[in-house]
Amino acid sequence: MPKRTDIRTVLIIGSGPIIIGQACEFDYSGTQACRSLREEGYRVVLINSNPATIMTDPMMADAVYLKPLTPQNIKDICEKEKVDAVLPTMGGQTALNLARDLHQVGYWEKAGIHIIGVDIDAIDITEDRLQFRNLMESLGIGQCRSGVATSMLEAKDIVNKLGGLPVVIRPSFTLGGMGGGIIWTEDEFERKIMRGLELSPVHQILIEESIVGWKEYELELLRDANDNVVIICTIENVDPMGVHTGDSVTVAPAQTLSDKQFQLLRDAAIRMMRSIGTFAGGCNVQFAMEPGTDRLIAIEINPRVSRSSALASKATGYPIAKVATKLAVGFTLDELKNQITGTTSACFEPSIDYVVCKVPRFNFEKFPGVDETLTTQMKAVGEVMAIGRTFAEALNKAWQGLEIGRAGLGADGYEDLDPKHVFDRLAKPRWDRLLQVRNAYKLGATQQELHELTKVDPWFLRQIRYMVTLENRTEGQSLDTIGAEDLLELKQAGYSDVQIAWMLSQGGGARVTEDMVRRKRLALGLKPSFKLVDTCAAEFPAVTPYYYSCYDGENESVVTPRKKIMILGSGPNRIGQGIEFDYSCVHAVLAAKEMGYETLMVNCNPETVSTDFDIADKLYFEPVFWERVLDIIEHEKPEGIILQVGGQTALKLAKPLKKAGVKIFGTDYEMIDLAEDRGKFSDVLVKAGIPFPAYGTAFNVEEALVEAERVGYPVLIRPSYVLGGQGMRIAVKPEDLEEYVIRLLKTHPENAFLIDKYLDHAIEVDFDSIFDGETLHISGIMQQIEPAGVHSGDSTAVLPPYSLSKEIIDTMIDYQTRIAKALEVVGFVNVQYAIKDGQVYVLECNPRATRTIPFIAKATGRPEAGIGVKVILGAKLGQFDLSSKLQNYAIKEPVFPFDKFPEVKKELGPEMRSTGETIYFFEDFLDEHFRKPFEMKNLYLSR
Amino acid sequence: MLPKKRAWLALSDGTVVSGWAIGRPGTTGGELCFNTSMTGYQEIFTDPSYHGQLMMMTYPHIGNYGVSSRDDEHRKVMVSGVVVRAFSWEYSNPQADGSLQAYLQKHGVTGITGVDTRALVRHIREHGAMNAVISSEIDDPDTLVRMAREWADMNGLELASRVTCEEATTFAAEGPYRVAALDYGIKRSILRNLTARGISVRLFPARATFDEIRAWNPDGYFFSNGPGDPNPMDYALETVNAAKTTGKPLFGICLGHQLMALSEGFAVRKMFVGHRGANHPVKNLGTGLVEITTQNHGFAVDPDSVDAAKARVSHLNLNDGTVEGLEFTSFNGFSVQYHPEASPGPHDSHYLFDEFLRRIQLAKS
Repeated sequence: MPKRTDIRTVLIIGSGPIIIGQACEFDYSGTQACRSLREEGYRVVLINSNPATIMTDPMMADAVYLKPLTPQNIKDICEKEKVDAVLPTMGGQTALNLARDLHQVGYWEKAGIHIIGVDIDAIDITEDRLQFRNLMESLGIGQCRSGVATSMLEAKDIVNKLGGLPVVIRPSFTLGGMGGGIIWTEDEFERKIMRGLELSPVHQILIEESIVGWKEYELELLRDANDNVVIICTIENVDPMGVHTGDSVTVAPAQTLSDKQFQLLRDAAIRMMRSIGTFAGGCNVQFAMEPGTDRLIAIEINPRVSRSSALASKATGYPIAKVATKLAVGFTLDELKNQITGTTSACFEPSIDYVVCKVPRFNFEKFPGVDETLTTQMKAVGEVMAIGRTFAEALNKAWQGLEIGRAGLGADGYEDLDPKHVFDRLAKPRWDRLLQVRNAYKLGATQQELHELTKVDPWFLRQIRYMVTLENRTEGQSLDTIGAEDLLELKQAGYSDVQIAWMLSQGGGARVTEDMVRRKRLALGLKPSFKLVDTCAAEFPAVTPYYYSCYDGENESVVTPRKKIMILGSGPNRIGQGIEFDYSCVHAVLAAKEMGYETLMVNCNPETVSTDFDIADKLYFEPVFWERVLDIIEHEKPEGIILQVGGQTALKLAKPLKKAGVKIFGTDYEMIDLAEDRGKFSDVLVKAGIPFPAYGTAFNVEEALVEAERVGYPVLIRPSYVLGGQGMRIAVKPEDLEEYVIRLLKTHPENAFLIDKYLDHAIEVDFDSIFDGETLHISGIMQQIEPAGVHSGDSTAVLPPYSLSKEIIDTMIDYQTRIAKALEVVGFVNVQYAIKDGQVYVLECNPRATRTIPFIAKATGRPEAGIGVKVILGAKLGQFDLSSKLQNYAIKEPVFPFDKFPEVKKELGPEMRSTGETIYFFEDFLDEHFRKPFEMKNLYLSR
Repeated sequence: MLPKKRAWLALSDGTVVSGWAIGRPGTTGGELCFNTSMTGYQEIFTDPSYHGQLMMMTYPHIGNYGVSSRDDEHRKVMVSGVVVRAFSWEYSNPQADGSLQAYLQKHGVTGITGVDTRALVRHIREHGAMNAVISSEIDDPDTLVRMAREWADMNGLELASRVTCEEATTFAAEGPYRVAALDYGIKRSILRNLTARGISVRLFPARATFDEIRAWNPDGYFFSNGPGDPNPMDYALETVNAAKTTGKPLFGICLGHQLMALSEGFAVRKMFVGHRGANHPVKNLGTGLVEITTQNHGFAVDPDSVDAAKARVSHLNLNDGTVEGLEFTSFNGFSVQYHPEASPGPHDSHYLFDEFLRRIQLAKS
């Protein structure tokens, strides 16, 4: 069937602010959906309250509403825009729930609006445990064995029938799974059963067999209106059942299933998708499989695109959201072409000839007291994906991309090989489980032991054992003795030069450096080749420029004669560095394209728009890790590189880039470094006569105590070169200070740290601007409602300032201009100010695009990111229309993950803890979006 | 890690790559083919249609889940050699009987691992299928290339009689319907699909005489998959033509499909690069639905040669428009180029066995 002609205007509902479990993958899917619909000539209307998204850019839709995601707002928009159809499958569970709520009150039907992409009546089935269970039973698809108990006696009987503990209990009709959980031991049995029975309003609990430790799989499906179904990707969780799939290390394709086992999954998944109503679109199905039998249990089905479908799209090259959108408006799969090959059909199942590994990124260090055990509730804030020809290669590359200071899965000098520590960590599922498996092998653990501890499939364990074998072989050698073949095997297993250098330094000889290893391997002709992600294992020629590196011979990335520019992405989402930076990266690519450059994007975050193969001229899906970046630079020889948009990830590479003679567009490296160097930067401020809080620099506890005494308590302490206030604390007395410094030295051993006088009860202001060498463009001045001391990312901030005098604002503009000139800024410059007793102090300066750039762009309607990048590339501010469309005020409202960490108290301080933000436009100060945070501004301030 | 033994892969066009020996050390050769299925290596290696070919798997890790007797498509390994990127010496699968390494060794199959399989796939895609030699004994690339050039060419070769059964055997003797299956290299999963539908199957050697076959009194005739070029198989065409005259339903898969096409005077030609994988979209032109299919063929029916008065194309490959199925109008028969029995691969096309049964029931009533 061709596309529908009975609809013209389509509403897409976004997913709102970034929260744990709902991150920028929905910006990726929403963006694809917008483009996919507009390609077909539909008018697209969009609602999303998240200003940091690409999807909410004016270029993406015909009408964009940056409004809270409420049923009333959706109704108003539908009426105003004469919406004909709504696509609620691109904005996560948030969008789906909103659509269902409006369906339940009969709104869509009454308004004559078609719901496309999902069967709205079927959503309940997927969300209601009992309905889902009944449906699966009717399809002959396995479910956990279970029984319903209304008394202790019945409970004991059921547990006996299930074969004993552990069991899972779920009290009936409690909200949010309250009272539910796993019963592991006899000791806790009576207590937990009684509690469950008491908590249930009907005094009834469901007792299920525990499938913790079973193998876990996910399938990504597409279905069209003709009921054709294809499986785009199969993902295997390395962490078995019991750990949320978002918190699991996962691989694609499945590694440990025979074809007969895989087809069981495929058949069941197709039956399930066809059973949840009639719709055309995407869907995700999760299964557990009992090791040793083929017993299969359906865990859940999600009739929408998801984090996993974003991963599957990047893993295979198949653009799931884009195609799902086309299917939702009536196309059938056989009418669409595979965009990657350009010639073959989109109705097929991708075959890949590499291994994809996803490793989640956590931020537990920001939440002291948090329970780090991984469970069925997601705790990760982001993820990296890596592509290699083998599992070992992909796993090492993923760890290089995590940006946790590691150069791969261990073998880099940072491991704690204390057996007690290693086996304690392995006792429960933790974020670093595979690293500890590696450490345990180093300590001589057996595979059987590790399998019993972790239930990780032996195939994965053996891959890690193989890696340890390589390490042990290497550690006995020196740089001179190691042969080309051994070195190649290490590189093919994903080891970085840093890791190899460390291993070769273990023999007792002279310390080997990363550079020495690099020189040696290049001399031996060992450089990476770049292969294409093509959906078809090279069966057909492909046209999409999507590459990964490996150490197999043939290189497929042909270097063009065009002038090129490289843009470094911002790596995995984490608190302090999230979607906002991806937003700026995407705009950097688009701006550089407009300026005539061939753009090369380097990033490893599968959730992002920047890693959509449609954005840059060439996508290198690689860790933003020095060695990998340099390899690409040496291959492509770009004219230069843009660092200002990828957050600290990119900036951290400024120094080695400079050393390697790579041109950095915009502000010089020396000046970037100067802004980070408190001493040098203060000299600049002193020279310019700009006030700043007293400060000191220290490398150890003693120095810190002396400096703090000198500047006077309370003080702010933090390491340099971090983002999101990582490790930053307020100390009111020497004992606090000592404690913090000791903690800091553990996590940031090589950093200097800074001790600032903390200005209490000061007003904090975030000032973003662009400087072209002559003129300063004020992007936006945002006044924070909470007092200084609350991280700017966690504060509720208002654009423009709501209570600052003209004099103070003029002072800041003056300071900002002088700082920009002094630092010879070309491009973005952000300064944070504190205002106390009418005096303006400079807190810090960031010569780069900040988290607030997309917010300001959305509030003013000005393409700030694009303007900044064009200035970096040589444009002058005079060329742009710099007028603002902002009337009244825009307020930035942070969103926190405290609901995911109930054991952690909500406190706001200099260390950022929010995961996302929304934008809200208001006119008067009685609006509750302003009034409430204003009244509560001091409530959560802590150290 | 086992001790490494050097091995070479030499192509007839002079391309030579080195890697490490797997399976039984030795020297072997054949047409170098690739298969893009990410699972099912054992089914592929034992598929008689691959007789005499060197099978290169595009998925890098091969051997992960070991081998299991339930996955054999024939009692022997049929490929003459195996080419992979990252061989799994050890496996993980509680249901497996053993490792792929032990299995290849037992069946005397030589292979090579550690080569850039993707580069070789691209090479074949550009330059067409060609012969190659794997050796862990001969350390001289020039000799190996010469051997590859001299290796027997597949074109024009009749191979079915090398893999067919020696004598007729009956499976599921009690079934209410009887099908005579001509064994040109039949996969066990085809037999399973037929017998699972209550069909009693008698498997006949490729060169069985039609009188012998008819004497069993079958309700339908099945022409199996198999290796090689169908064009020189005159003896098989005789059988097909004789079966047509009975008025009973005929069903052909892969080589069987090509034979049925040839029997109507259509042309079957060697493809530049064959289809070998488990992800090929095929559109059923009757229903308009698409099925994801398992494919394994290096020859195909020339669409221009299909005489509309004798047959209509029932199935089409969505990627390249290859003829994937024929519905014959001049006699009671249908055939598909792909593998509805899958194994390995998706089960989307099992309905074709139901269709065969339906026709048998209809003809019988």
